[in-house]
Order: sequence, then structure tokens, then C-alpha cells
Amino acid sequence: MTTEQPRLSYRPALPARVALSLRPLLWIGPAIGLIAVVVLWPVVVLVKASFQNIAVDGFVEPGTTTNNYSTLWHEPALAGVVFRTCIWVVVVVSVTLVLSLALAQLFNQRFPFRRAARTALIAPWAASVMMTALIFRWALDPYSGAVNVILHALGLVKLGSNTADWLGTPGWALFWMMVVAIFVSLPFTTYALLSGLQTIPDEVYEASRVDGAGTWRTYLSITLPLLRPAILVATTINVINVFNSFPIIWEMTRGGPGYETSTTTTFMFILKQSFIGESAAMSVMNFLLVIVVVLFFLRATRWKEAVSE
Amino acid sequence: MSTVSTPVDVAPAVPARKRPARRRTITRRGFIFSVIAYAVAALFLLPYAEMIIAALRPANQLLAPNLLPSHFSFHNFTSIWSTGFGGNLVESLEIAGGATILVLLVAVPAAYYSARHRFRGRSLFLLLVLATQMLQPAAMLVGIQREFTSFSLPPTLSLILVNAGFNMAFAVWILNAYFSSIPVELEEAAMIDGSSRLGALGRVTLPLAAPGIVTALIFTFIAAWNEFIVALTLSLGSSHQPLTVAIDSYIGQYSVDWGHLFAASVIATIPVIILFAVIEGRVVGGLTAGSIK
Repeated sequence: MTTEQPRLSYRPALPARVALSLRPLLWIGPAIGLIAVVVLWPVVVLVKASFQNIAVDGFVEPGTTTNNYSTLWHEPALAGVVFRTCIWVVVVVSVTLVLSLALAQLFNQRFPFRRAARTALIAPWAASVMMTALIFRWALDPYSGAVNVILHALGLVKLGSNTADWLGTPGWALFWMMVVAIFVSLPFTTYALLSGLQTIPDEVYEASRVDGAGTWRTYLSITLPLLRPAILVATTINVINVFNSFPIIWEMTRGGPGYETSTTTTFMFILKQSFIGESAAMSVMNFLLVIVVVLFFLRATRWKEAVSE
Repeated sequence: MSTVSTPVDVAPAVPARKRPARRRTITRRGFIFSVIAYAVAALFLLPYAEMIIAALRPANQLLAPNLLPSHFSFHNFTSIWSTGFGGNLVESLEIAGGATILVLLVAVPAAYYSARHRFRGRSLFLLLVLATQMLQPAAMLVGIQREFTSFSLPPTLSLILVNAGFNMAFAVWILNAYFSSIPVELEEAAMIDGSSRLGALGRVTLPLAAPGIVTALIFTFIAAWNEFIVALTLSLGSSHQPLTVAIDSYIGQYSVDWGHLFAASVIATIPVIILFAVIEGRVVGGLTAGSIK
């Protein structure tokens, strides 16, 4: 199915061999170049910066040494930020997955105007995440936000009171930011699972029906195991996206008060404004975590290939 | 191509031999499903409806505690142009358009060659692309900022490069799957008929891969259009700021210009909706083809 390099009956001269082996570079070279400049080199610069003493204006202070990692380690807010990041990732990713499994099943049913309903599902994916976050911030306004207006009408919250100030209370702010993060993660996850559902052949379901399995039993024993590759891929991508999520927290609370609603990503961003080296150290720690996830993902995809064969 | 075909329904069709009573329960089940599905769809649109309502609120009712204002006003949409919003729109168009063109120029040859040829380093290259896909600019923001500041490029150009670099991986993957699914015999037939290799590529393969190319490019455009954290970092203090940064700047230290903020958001979302409508049917298939994202 693929054309091999032209097979030569004689061994060509060295220049010709070099030219032949370099030919792929003509096609894939620009792609490698772009990756090198935009993705790989920043990693090198980042790691280097994490060991340097950098002034606010971005210049390296000559002749000074610093240990950004130690400074970061002794940052009083760090423990809380890391703990919050773990909660943030685990809650958002797992709730997204559970809801998406249900949504994928629902939108896989045959019903009139299914296509229109599916298209509506895309909205939070198409709109910029920062805009969605801002809409929620607006709707949570203690005096006039739609959420509070409705809750006020139901007698649950008094407009303008402290309880209506959701984003001013770190716990509730985190709750609402998780709601937004789940909301914007649902479309991609649901679509990934929908495409996974479509790879399951009808015959499998027929066989299970012949064997007398009920709907729930069929779902647990047939659908869920066959969906596992799609679930793994979607989960891994969600972990990376949610871990690196910046706009939601930035637009809703700016990570405050203090660092009380910050994750490692917003913490890194706030540090960057005054302590560039320390921020770089935070990024490197973030980065190592992301690499762990990538390795997990690579194993998952290999596992997927083994299954589909 | 095959993965992009119409969705296969997993729900078993109603067998004709079933008794009418059974058939009626299934219909009722279908009815309940469709009602829930429409409710979910409405729930997903609700925040964006609120965004439009907020943008259309008259100035004196902006902070009124009601769900709908007494009347709508377009003043936010007319006065926004005096805040320099037109320039932000052009800037976003340049960045997203530039990144899309760059991805087209770089990803198509790479995807085509790695789909058609087995060369040394091919799997290493595909692994590199996959690894890129897993990385996010937010994770290496300090590195990106320091590197591109040292280049002293204009922010527009830097943002084109960064957006192209981080979105190319997805384009290469999805196009690799597309090119692999096009039989090489079609190209060979064209070459027997007298086409050159490049002629066969241009006249046979690229048109067949067009749906995949369009999907990959639209995904790139939307991602670059909506990108926020790198734009916020690289266009800081510059007079050339894209839409997302401009929208963020309506948030002041003590007050927020909500009217203009949401008018800007509505205008910024319109191109995305149009583009997503173009590829709607292919989103599911595109995901399978790329296996990721």
C-alpha cells in the first residue's frame, strides 16, 4: 500500500545515498523545524530559566546565584495550591467522564432532530473558554446575576447578601469554577465517546440480546469494556487540559483571594509577574507531571492498537 | 474517508415481529429520550443565550436584577467600535488566518509523506508529533515568553508561530489518517495516464483529502482564534491585541464594562459558529481519524 524508495540494483555513490536519505526532510523538515522552534526550544529555555536569577524586566542578574526550587518549596501557599490542583483535576475529569458516558448514550439514540441537538452540544467547545467563564461570573453577580435572581425567587438566596457572593467565598468559588470546567469539557468528551460507540458493531449487541442479557447488563459487560480505548484517550486529554486550565480561574477569581482559588497553572502565572525564575521552577514541576500523563497516554494508545487488531 | 461516513446507530432497530404493545413502549421510551436530549441541548445553549441578552441590555438596565430587560438595545454593538475593537478583530484574523495557512503549508506535506512512505525515522517523527499534541503552551509559558522576547519579533508573528506549532500536531494526525485511507493505486493510475507525481498529488489525492484538510484547518483556526494565555503574555502592552486579550481588558481593577465585554464576545463567537457549522458532520469522524483531541 505504500511506495517504497526506488529500489536500486547497484549501490549508489555516497552523495546520491545522502541525497536519498535526506529526501524525507524535504517533506517533513518544515514540520520538525516548527516543532523545534515553538515546542522544544521553549522547554530548554524554561529549564534554564528555572536555575537563573531573573529580574522583573526579564534580564538575568549577572554573578548571582539562586535556588528557585528551594524558594518555591518554602512558598507558604504551595501546599494548598498543589492540593487544590489535585482535587480540581480529579473532580473535574471524573464528573466529566460520568456525565459524558450518559450523554453519549443519550445522543446515540435515534430521535428526530438528533443532528440539531448534537450541534447544540458543541457550543461550549466552539466558544472561547474565557468567554464561558465570564458568562458564569456575570450570572453569579451577587446583586443582579441570573443564578442569584432565580435562587432569590425560589427563596434560597437573598440578593446582595454574603451567601449570594459565590465567587467571594473560596469554597463556593472553586465549586462554580469546577462547574464551568466540567461544562466546557463535556462536548469534546461526549463526542469522543460517541465516536467510540460507533466503532462497536451491531452484531455484538445482537449476540448479547440472543444470550438474554438485559440493557444494563449489556452496557456493563459489552459497551463499557469496548469503550475503554475511547475512555482512556478522552480521560488522558482531559487530564492534560484541566491540569493546564487557565482562563476559567483567571476570569472568575484571578486565583484569589490570596492564592486560595489558585491551581499550579494560575500560581505559575501570578509568580511570573514578579519572580520569573521561581515561576519557571513551578512550570518545570508542572511539566514533569504532564510528562507522566503523556507516558500514560502512550501506553494507553499502544494498548488501544493491540485491541483494535 | 470511511470514518467520516454517516453515524452508525447502535440502538437496535425495532423488530417487525414484535407485538404492538411492545412497540408502543419503545416509542414512549424514544419520546422520553428525545425530550431529555432537547432539554440537555437547551441547557448547553443557555449560557450563550444569557451572553446575548446581557449584550443587548440597555445601559440603564445593565445591572437590573431581572432575567430579561424591558427592551433590547444595540448600543453596545454600535459603540464598541470606538474602543478600538475593529483593530482587535483584524489582529485575531491575522493571527488565526496566518496560523492556519502555516499549518496548511507545513502539515500537508508532512502528513502526506509519512502516510505514503516508510522512511527511517518515520515512527520517531510521528511520536514527536504525538508528544507535541500532549503539550500545552500554558505548561511552558515562561520558556515561550523568554524565547520570543529574545527574538524580538512583532507579537502578531510570534502568535502565528506559536498557534501553528501547537495545532500542527492535530492536523498532521488527522491528515495522515486521511491520506492513508486514499488508495495509492489512484495516484498510480493518474501517473500511468501521464501525470507527474506532484500532478497526481494535486489532481487526485488532495481533492480526495479535501474534507480532512478543511476539518484540520478549521480546528486550527478556531483554536488560534480562541487562544488566550499566550496571547495575554506575548501581546502585553502592545497596541496589537487579539480579541481574547481585548475582552479581558474590559475587566478593570474596580469595575467591569460588561456591556462591551459581551458585545465583543458575541461578535467574536459568530465566525466560530459559522466554521463549526461547516464541519459539524465531520466532528465525530475527525475525532476517530485522529484518535485524539
